[in-house]
Amino acid sequence: MRELVIIGSGPAGYTAAIYAARADLSPLVITSSVEMGGDLMKTTEVDNFPGFPEGVMGPDLMMGMQAQAERFGAELLFDDATAVDLAGPVKRITVGNGDVIEAKTVILSMGSEYRRLGLADEARLSGFGVSWCATCDGAFFRNRTVAVVGGGDSAMEEATFLTKFADKVLLIHRSDQFRASPAMLNRAKADPKIEFVTNASVTGILGADTVAGVSLAMADGSSRTLDVDGLFIAVGSDPRTALIAEQVTLTDTGNVWVEGRSSRTSLNGVFAAGDIIDPTYRQAIVAAGSGAVAAMDAQHFLEASND
Amino acid sequence: MSSARDVTDLTFEAEVLLNDKPVIVDFWAPWCGPCRAVSPILDAIAEAHADKIDIVKLNVDDFPDLAVQYNILNIPAMKVFRGGEVVKTVVGAKPRPALEQDLAEFLA
Repeated sequence: MRELVIIGSGPAGYTAAIYAARADLSPLVITSSVEMGGDLMKTTEVDNFPGFPEGVMGPDLMMGMQAQAERFGAELLFDDATAVDLAGPVKRITVGNGDVIEAKTVILSMGSEYRRLGLADEARLSGFGVSWCATCDGAFFRNRTVAVVGGGDSAMEEATFLTKFADKVLLIHRSDQFRASPAMLNRAKADPKIEFVTNASVTGILGADTVAGVSLAMADGSSRTLDVDGLFIAVGSDPRTALIAEQVTLTDTGNVWVEGRSSRTSLNGVFAAGDIIDPTYRQAIVAAGSGAVAAMDAQHFLEASND
Repeated sequence: MSSARDVTDLTFEAEVLLNDKPVIVDFWAPWCGPCRAVSPILDAIAEAHADKIDIVKLNVDDFPDLAVQYNILNIPAMKVFRGGEVVKTVVGAKPRPALEQDLAEFLA
């Protein structure tokens, strides 16, 4: 049986792995089969992670964290946790290849997942002009018109990034108030290729085989149609709790509940870190710090129960 | 090493369009995190089903004309070619079981 299994491989999971490995807990990180490294794998320059005065590429930062965890002996499993049984003293985690892994402690750091708009044609056109990843797909919209929907930092980042390729970027937001930080918002507003369409809700995505336009309901009651070749959705994210929602206590924001400033969940030996516990900040550096907390909490728990 | 070969604009016709077997073309780019994630999964599928299908990889940065020709809008995009025609498109990185399910008709 393992001392510690960490589910998730964003900044929280890898930082927990670095701390736990250095504490000789030989942690196993279940990274996910397709989302290892977490959301930063889909970003470009990260300019607010301390220690990188010229910024760092998101994937490079995550590859660095992974290498640092491996250097101290963390083991990585590039697979998905598909079922968990966390209640008893022996935690059991089933992974995609069918193996069941047993552990004394578990750190939940699965992060969050992109929110969908919930429109009828969203799934049908996903991959055919509807995207959640401008850095992945932006280059295919060279000299075209695209829309970004959302009002936070990620919407501003996507819109600004897309101006490298697209002729015109329409930024659609349901209000005229923005959650985005002033720095990101002002950069987008100053960009001549970005046009703001505010007080507008996306009500439909048009197109037979690929995206051809979006229909909007305006706050004044009118409706509009915009001709666009792509729609990038950046309307926030939800904690990724489907795997564990029936077993640990969640908060009213849908996050995993933890006790005070610790990472202790409602179950003995189960800890949580990163975006999955964070309704507010959701920053790489915050998640990383939270991962360190979880590793130290797990270490203390193991020391107390092995006494 | 990769068990799915790289194709180029020069080898595309022979390896893909004129192939007797169905061919899955993985349209990818080095800067795409999800592409890097799905790449070893495709290698494993290629190895496990080598008798039924070929899997090849096309770098869209190196061969943008082919990306345009096949109307690639998101990557990773996996297009199944049979008899020179696209018969199925799967978009986005997925775990191996989900990908094998999407491609089941060509793997059995």
